[in-house]
Amino acid sequence: MPDTLLFALEASLNGLTAGVMYALVALGFVLIFKASGIFNFAQGVMALFAALTLVGFQSGQIPFSHLINAMFGTRLHHFGWNMPTMLAIPATVLVMIALAILVERFILKHLVNQEPIILFMATIGLAYFLEGVGDIMWGAEVKALDVGLPKGMSSAVDEATFNWFGYGFYIDRLEIWAAGIAAVLVAVLTVFSQYTKQGRALRAVADDHQAALSVGISLRFIWVLTWSIAGIVALVAGIMWGSKSGVQFSLSLIALKALPVLILGGFTSIPGAIVGGLIIGVGEKLFDFFMNPIIGGATENWFAYMLALVFLLFRPQGLFGERIIERV
Amino acid sequence: MKMTRLAATLAATMVVAGPNLADTLHFPSLSYRTGPFAAGGIPFADGYSDYLTLINERDGGIGGVPIRQTECETAYNTERGVECYQSIRNDNPLVLQPLSTGITYQLIPRTMEDGIPMHTMGYGRTSAVNGEVFNWTFNYPANYWDGASVIINYLLDENDGSLDGKKIALLYHNSAYGREPIPTLTRLGETHGYELVTIGVDSPGQEQGSQWLQIRRERPDYVVMWGWGVMNPTAIQEAANIRFPMENFIGVWWSGSQQDVRPVGAGAHGYKALAMHGTGRDYPIYDDMQRYVIDAGKYAGTGDEVGTVLYSRGMYAAMLAVEAAKKAQEIHGVAAITPAMMRDGMANLEITEELMVELGLPNFGPAFSVACENHGGSGAAMIQQWDAEAGEWNLITDWISPDRDLIMEMAMEDSLAYAAENNISPACLN
Repeated sequence: MPDTLLFALEASLNGLTAGVMYALVALGFVLIFKASGIFNFAQGVMALFAALTLVGFQSGQIPFSHLINAMFGTRLHHFGWNMPTMLAIPATVLVMIALAILVERFILKHLVNQEPIILFMATIGLAYFLEGVGDIMWGAEVKALDVGLPKGMSSAVDEATFNWFGYGFYIDRLEIWAAGIAAVLVAVLTVFSQYTKQGRALRAVADDHQAALSVGISLRFIWVLTWSIAGIVALVAGIMWGSKSGVQFSLSLIALKALPVLILGGFTSIPGAIVGGLIIGVGEKLFDFFMNPIIGGATENWFAYMLALVFLLFRPQGLFGERIIERV
Repeated sequence: MKMTRLAATLAATMVVAGPNLADTLHFPSLSYRTGPFAAGGIPFADGYSDYLTLINERDGGIGGVPIRQTECETAYNTERGVECYQSIRNDNPLVLQPLSTGITYQLIPRTMEDGIPMHTMGYGRTSAVNGEVFNWTFNYPANYWDGASVIINYLLDENDGSLDGKKIALLYHNSAYGREPIPTLTRLGETHGYELVTIGVDSPGQEQGSQWLQIRRERPDYVVMWGWGVMNPTAIQEAANIRFPMENFIGVWWSGSQQDVRPVGAGAHGYKALAMHGTGRDYPIYDDMQRYVIDAGKYAGTGDEVGTVLYSRGMYAAMLAVEAAKKAQEIHGVAAITPAMMRDGMANLEITEELMVELGLPNFGPAFSVACENHGGSGAAMIQQWDAEAGEWNLITDWISPDRDLIMEMAMEDSLAYAAENNISPACLN
């Protein structure tokens, strides 16, 4: 097999695994948009906040210690113990559920029946607020996140491809795990929405929230439920991205990677988020591979948007989005 | 009514009790404590502030005049940096430290017009070494082109004086900052016979899969990195992932702090970076810093970054600013100096090893002197290597000088082109 083809194949495989990482972020957006019609600008910051909280729990960091020290002249930083990951993850999930309750209580409850743009603006405010709270609560320094996931080159893939093609492919083991975790996450979300009472209620609200209200479904509960699930998805995304490049404030910018995925896959489809992520991942890696020698690289940030724009021209609702029907 | 009277009384009291702003030396700090690059901006700002606090607490200011510190948040954003400049330009700022190449490019013409000196230590526009064109901009003790040349000189030393046939990949932040070393590395490649491959990374740089696949295909002998923020730990992690020999991976001084290697853990062991100054707390100055600033609770930030690489850099920048202010006071014979006088102090600054010892910073930075023809100092830097097990940077070389003849030649070309574009007649101010 010619070298160029081998390299392109390797780039495509890496694109698939990178695409799963993008899809993990996009999933959180889809969940909230599907259930409430809100485009949650704060989803990236929620991933950051979840990852910061997880590392804080793991390392036994005292929340708001900088603030406490500044106010009372103390020198508090750590509790003096480390929390096992298996305990820190459920504790972080509880924090994300508490956050969902607070968001519903202090923001969404007061904005019922408002225009989508008002709700969108509220999530912009929430994003800035959460970023600031995360900073005050856990500090702005870069933190290493280790939940025991393997990292580095997969020797199995390297050896297998070397035996087949005489060239070993590189795939990051972390991204292979991310693909597995994303598959489990999608399966759990599908089972939850199809076969549980709360899941059916969630779908009912997504279809027609006034009809759902008329049969006794609590809109407030559904919103808390949706934001809690989105918070848990944000935690998963935060763990995967934080394990890759450390937990620091640019983690919130991963949301920018999810936008083209959403445009492509549709804002209301979970399979769309996955397929969109894969198309963007493979597309940008192949574009970089073939065009880098000509235009000098650094194409990943804009290429995804350009690809999404092309899709937008032909399918404005995205590949899996609900068909837009305008009644005259 | 009572409240209004109380507020008026309080305001009047504050005016009376507060320091007379005219009798202070204003050292502004254009910092970034928020945003995606905050992890690097915070320790620098803390080091800068703590040193100035030390001078106030221990010495009562400079020449008896207290220092007044102000801080303006730029979030490493060029527009906000310019806004910060506009807000302080009429408040007698003695020296600006923009801490961003993008902001520096915007402020060069403005500071020239307003007569405010700017110090861009290890960043900014490299050709500002030519003080005949850039009268108000200083980039001592080293600039990007120095850094690139020092790395090549180090690699020459490692390869018995020849890089002929070697392949060097430059992994750079796709910004004005990241692109700065490309001309130097290209020219040095023509001289020393190595092949240069340039690979850009879009900001902020937490996704580098394609770049490292390319590095894996190209199989370079060395990778040189010009990164900042999250780009650095991501690159080091990716290098560890593809099993690139870490001792052949060298970063510029903005890619060589604790923030860059700690998140990677053991995988970062052996990674190298340039050092334009010493690091750690093994310097006598920290006795005073502990006594007058830290124990007194007057430190900026949290106090837990003291002695780290970027904290040391901020402290070093403040030390150079204070020494320039002393020089300005000496030249003009007045204690309450103006920005124009400060410029003269910077243009005649002389840093000797004796002075560094006296300041409690022996061998912390290179000895150098500034002149109109050379606003860039010596350009020397050292190489440091990360020991992941001990969790510390170790200096593995002495000061390495850059190829200054080539750099000055390139700087002259670039600065004279700038002068022609902007109708500047090159001339020394003093």
